[in-house]
Formats: sequence, structure tokens, C-alpha cells
Amino acid sequence: MKPAPFRYVAARALDEALQLKAAHGEEARFLAGGQSLVPTMNFRLSQPALLIDINPLTELAGMRKCGLDRVRIGALTRYRELERDPAVAPILPLVDEALPHIAHPQIRNRTTIGGNLAHADPASEMPAIILALGGRLRAQSVKGERWIAAADFFTGALSTALEPDEMLVEVELPTAPSRSGACFMEMARRHGDFALVGVACMLRLDEDGRCGEARIGLCNAGDTPMFAAQASQSLVGGKLGAAEIGTAAALVQRDIDPPGNIHASKEFQRHLAGVLTARALAAANERARRAH
Amino acid sequence: MHTETHAITVTVNGTPYRRSVEARTLLSDFLRHDLLLAGTHIGCEHGVCGACTVIFDGLAVRSCLMFAAQADGHSIVTVEGLAADRHHLHPLQQAMRDCHGLQCGYCTPGILMTMKAFLDETPAPDEARIREALSGNLCRCTGYQHIVDAVKLAADRMRG
Repeated sequence: MKPAPFRYVAARALDEALQLKAAHGEEARFLAGGQSLVPTMNFRLSQPALLIDINPLTELAGMRKCGLDRVRIGALTRYRELERDPAVAPILPLVDEALPHIAHPQIRNRTTIGGNLAHADPASEMPAIILALGGRLRAQSVKGERWIAAADFFTGALSTALEPDEMLVEVELPTAPSRSGACFMEMARRHGDFALVGVACMLRLDEDGRCGEARIGLCNAGDTPMFAAQASQSLVGGKLGAAEIGTAAALVQRDIDPPGNIHASKEFQRHLAGVLTARALAAANERARRAH
Repeated sequence: MHTETHAITVTVNGTPYRRSVEARTLLSDFLRHDLLLAGTHIGCEHGVCGACTVIFDGLAVRSCLMFAAQADGHSIVTVEGLAADRHHLHPLQQAMRDCHGLQCGYCTPGILMTMKAFLDETPAPDEARIREALSGNLCRCTGYQHIVDAVKLAADRMRG
């Protein structure tokens, strides 16, 4: 229960951190909040040779508006800060609703959004949310920077499209459009546990009350956080009544491949995904109508 | 693998300490073994139980999920730093005693530090907020009810 020996460097500048990562590649890991990495090191499931502590790089923290309809959140922004920022709920209602479900207060005091996303746990909430919102992520290395669409970022369980020399430095999310509603719901054995299944959805209504846009993301429903493309598409143009919502929930159940674990069988996870999808869509629809 | 050490300066319970630590030394082990502040308990060492909670720059954190090297230049309060002096318990400690908020006591230091940070931020919490704040600390003896009672009592007393 103690980490294997490693080298530790507290980065004084982003350039220094990126140069170290370029030099050491997969042997090195960035240390942000450490709330997922350090447990794996304590269990010796991961034994990085070098830890590059990026906590001193405060320029990577904070949220800022980007144009009229997007917001950028620095990778080192801690969930504690997002939870207490009154600007979050109106523009990122999905994030606001999901935050209290993410582990416990002491963990959220340290957890960073960048670390949580780069860890890419399929059971984790935020990856499903940025998929549902259709966000994108900025990766930086000594060679330059690139944007990666959320849909291309999660490549497998605990695996991302980040190259060994890259750091995730920023996340960009669309803010809630008018006439929209969002809902995050999950089922966990105890509050703060990883979800057995979680659903994040966003609906935007057209002026005639029909569905203009629908996006459904799921956590712990497969090897990666999932965007339910067909279920989302099935709602567009429709009235969002019980029948339409039921169809979307059935498509989610058809399209997911839940892993099953000792707490929930595949069948139970599939059942839950359908129930939660239907409930979350109904709630999001109600909120969208009220917002109107 | 060579063993490298880092010189750190850290303030714990108001006292500055200078020590040399191995990179892999967990903050929890540093507090217990290097500073001999064994009031910080170690339960699970993977961030689940909350027994090792300390206050790091004003915020409750798991000391088993940080390295001592990360504490360089920072300020920590442990359970040893709660009471003003050895003759007077902190209001939270007194309320835990009055309400029978502990039995075996193993989880108590972590709960006290979590609740200290919580009440600093939320001086007049309702029961739901107390339970949410307590959700990251496991207690296998009490069933939590008396802990919740103690936090309510402490909050009342601390507000005067």
C-alpha cells in the first residue's frame, strides 16, 4: 500500500512540464489532483518513473467565456471551484447537477476536471457529460497544440487519444442554448460511489415545441463513456411524448454494452440505463419547457 | 531506482518544520512517522475511508492521496491542532464526547477535521448538508446518528 519509488518534479512552468513529458513519455505521469492516480500508485497498479506535479501551474485553472455560446475550463480547475461558482449552473446545468455525485467533498477539493477526463474511467461522470455536450479538448506538447473532439478522445477503458508527450490543458463546452433543458441522473449503491449507470442528457426545443436537438451520454455503460447517437437522433423533430422517450430509452438499451460487475449484472445495468434515460429525458424536457 | 529526497518546509498546526522526504512518502506517513503526529489515522490508503483527512490550506483533503513533497510551502492542520490547549477540547471534540459520537474512535480524527472545515464554511448547516459533508468518512461503529447530533450541537455552540 505504498507507492514504488519515483522521481518527483514540481513544475514551475508549463514549458518545463511539457519538456519533461516529451523526454520521458509514458514513463512519466502528470500529477494534478491525484485522486485517481495516487490510489493506483498506492496499489502499485501504476508505477511511473517520474511524477510531474502540475499543481503549481495555476494558469491552467479557471473558467472563462469564449464567444457567446462556449466556455473554456482550464485542466487544473478543481471541482470544488466549479461547485461554488454561481456562474456554472445557468450555463452548464449538466455539470452543475452532476458535481455532487462525483465522489465526496474531500475528493472534490482536490480533483481537477483535466485529471478526471484524462483518467478516462468509463464509470466516471464528467467524460459522459462532455460527450453529451459535444465538447472538445485542447492538448498541448512541446510541438504545439491541437483540439480533440470529445467523441474522439476516449479510446478505451482508461485510454485516451492523448499522445505520450501531450498534456490535456483545457476543455471547451457549449453553454446551454435558450429553450433547452438538461438532466443528469445516476444510480449508485451509496451516495458518492461510482455509478452503476449514469445518464447525462440535453434537449433543445424548437419554437413549435418539437425537439430541435437531443444529446444523451452514459457512464458505466461500456468500455468507454458513451454517446448514444441513435437514441439521440431518434428524438430530433419529434414531440417528446412518452412514446418518443420510450423509443429513445429502448435504443439506449439496445446500443450499450455494459460491463457488469459484482454490484450489478449486465442485464441490471441495461435495465437501469433504460429507466434512467427515460426519467432524465422527461426531466430535461420539463426543464426546457419551463425555460421557455 | 535511486532514492531521491526533497527538502520541504511545511507548517503543521502553526509550527514550521523543515524535513527531507522521499518523493514517494505519502503526506499521511510523513505526519505520523516524520512529525510523530499519530492522531491522523490511516485506514484504507486509497481515498475511500476518510480516516486520514487533514486540513490543507484550509480545505479538508485525504492525506493518503498526497505526497509529502507536495506540502512544501503549504499549511496543514491535523487533529492535534484542533484544541486551543491541552485542557480544553475544541467545541467539535466536546460535542462528539457529549453526544457519544464515537465508539472505537478510529475514524474520529478524520471526521473532526472534515467537520472543522465544513463548519468553517457552513456555520449553520441543516441535517441534510451535514450528512452530505460526512459522506466521505466511514464509521463502522456509530451508525452516524450521534455524529450528526454532535455536529449540530457543535455548530450551535460555535455560533454562540
